[in-house]
Parts: sequence; C-alpha cells; structure tokens
Amino acid sequence: MTNNAVVPLQDEQDVVRARQAVRIRMQELKFSLVDQTKMITAASELARNTVIHGKGGEMGIEVVANGMRTGVRLTFEDHGPGIEDIGQAMTDGWTSGGGLGMGLPGTKRLVNDFHIESTAGQGTRIVIARWK
Amino acid sequence: MDRIPILRMGNCLLITIQVDMHDRLALALQDDLTAKIYATGAKGVLIDISALEIVDSFMGRMIANISAMAMILDARTIVVGMRPAVAITLVELGLELPGVQTALDVERGMHMLRSTLVRTR
Repeated sequence: MTNNAVVPLQDEQDVVRARQAVRIRMQELKFSLVDQTKMITAASELARNTVIHGKGGEMGIEVVANGMRTGVRLTFEDHGPGIEDIGQAMTDGWTSGGGLGMGLPGTKRLVNDFHIESTAGQGTRIVIARWK
Repeated sequence: MDRIPILRMGNCLLITIQVDMHDRLALALQDDLTAKIYATGAKGVLIDISALEIVDSFMGRMIANISAMAMILDARTIVVGMRPAVAITLVELGLELPGVQTALDVERGMHMLRSTLVRTR
C-alpha cells in the first residue's frame, strides 16, 4: 500500500477521479461507511472548488498517524485567484455565485481537521483530515 | 457524450443513476428530463439514486432543481433509494433538499406516484 499520491485537478473528470482515489484509500484503511461517505463528499466539494474557482490544481492524499490513530489527510492546492475574505467564504449561505453557499462551511462539518490558507492573486491551499 | 437513460413507464419516467456522475452529465440530465416531460406529458418522475455512493452539494442541487423544474411542468418527482450514509452526510453538509419528495425504494416510490396520480386525475 503506497501511502501518498497526487491527483491532478484540471477538469470535472478529475473530480470523479479524486473521489475514487479517496474512496480506495478510505476502504483500505477500513473506515466506516459513514466516515468514508463524509470524506469522499468533502473531497468532491473541495476538488470541484479547485477546478472551478482555483482554475485547476491538485489533490494530495496521505495516510497519517497520530499516536494510535490513523487518518487520511487531503491537501487541495491551486494557484488561482485566491479567496479575498476567508471569514466570509467560511460563512454558511455565502456564495461567490452559482452555488448554494454550502461548500466550505459544509465541508468543514464533514471532517475532523480543516485548515485553509489563501492569498489573493496567488492561490488557495486547504488541508483536511479524517481520523479513525 | 454519455447520457443517463430515461425510461418511460405509462405516464411516468424512470431514471436510474448508476454512474459516478461528473457535473456535465448531471446538467445534461436536467435538459433531457425536462425535454422528455414536455414531449411525453409525463405526470410522474422517479429518480433512483441507490447506486450513488455520495451526493455532494452540486448533485444535491441538481436533484432539487430537477424536482422543481418537473413541478413547474406539472410532473411530480420522487427520489428513491438514498443510502443512509448519504442522508447523514447531506444533512451535515447543510443540504436538506427542501421540496424534494423521497421514498425508500423504487417500489414504494412508484406506489406513492401512482396514488397521487390517481387522486389528481
């Protein structure tokens, strides 16, 4: 079992591939079905953001350990326009257009760890993790 | 481009989503379904999502849109077969699909559709 992988995110087919890659890793680690579903859904949301808002990027998958606990960590990185106001983007109901504004705050609720950094004009990096 | 097949059963349309949908496929389904409702005068739409391992906000919005569009075209939509883990995830995501009617499986969904169609005939 390889521990790390990178999935390019350039178009919507890559979003499907990202979901499949996360599903395989979660299944290998025997996460519960609900945990798998939450993490794959979170990955789908963020992968789509990377493609649409970030103008493409990549998703890194890592298997991580913290003492006795095993987790899956995903890193979404793009070099797109970035997010001007992260606080606003993390508010339920706020949308930059087209969506329902569920994306980031909803995704945060699906995972155990959520970290976002973004610089306007340089890109966005979001790291999420789910622990067993 | 791939298409999700839409089957006609009397005055109902049946859609079984069996692939891991990419976004354009979901949008094509909206177009195809509304065109088919218009062409056939169907009064009921059954969408079976039992094969879907996840429903994210995009797919959820698509399902809610289809239901609303069908309603305006005088057809009732019932979404059937949602997996329990998908229901849990959707609610945590904040997407509770207001206005979307559901049933546990195709049989119950069909029964629901038939009984309302009889009443409104």
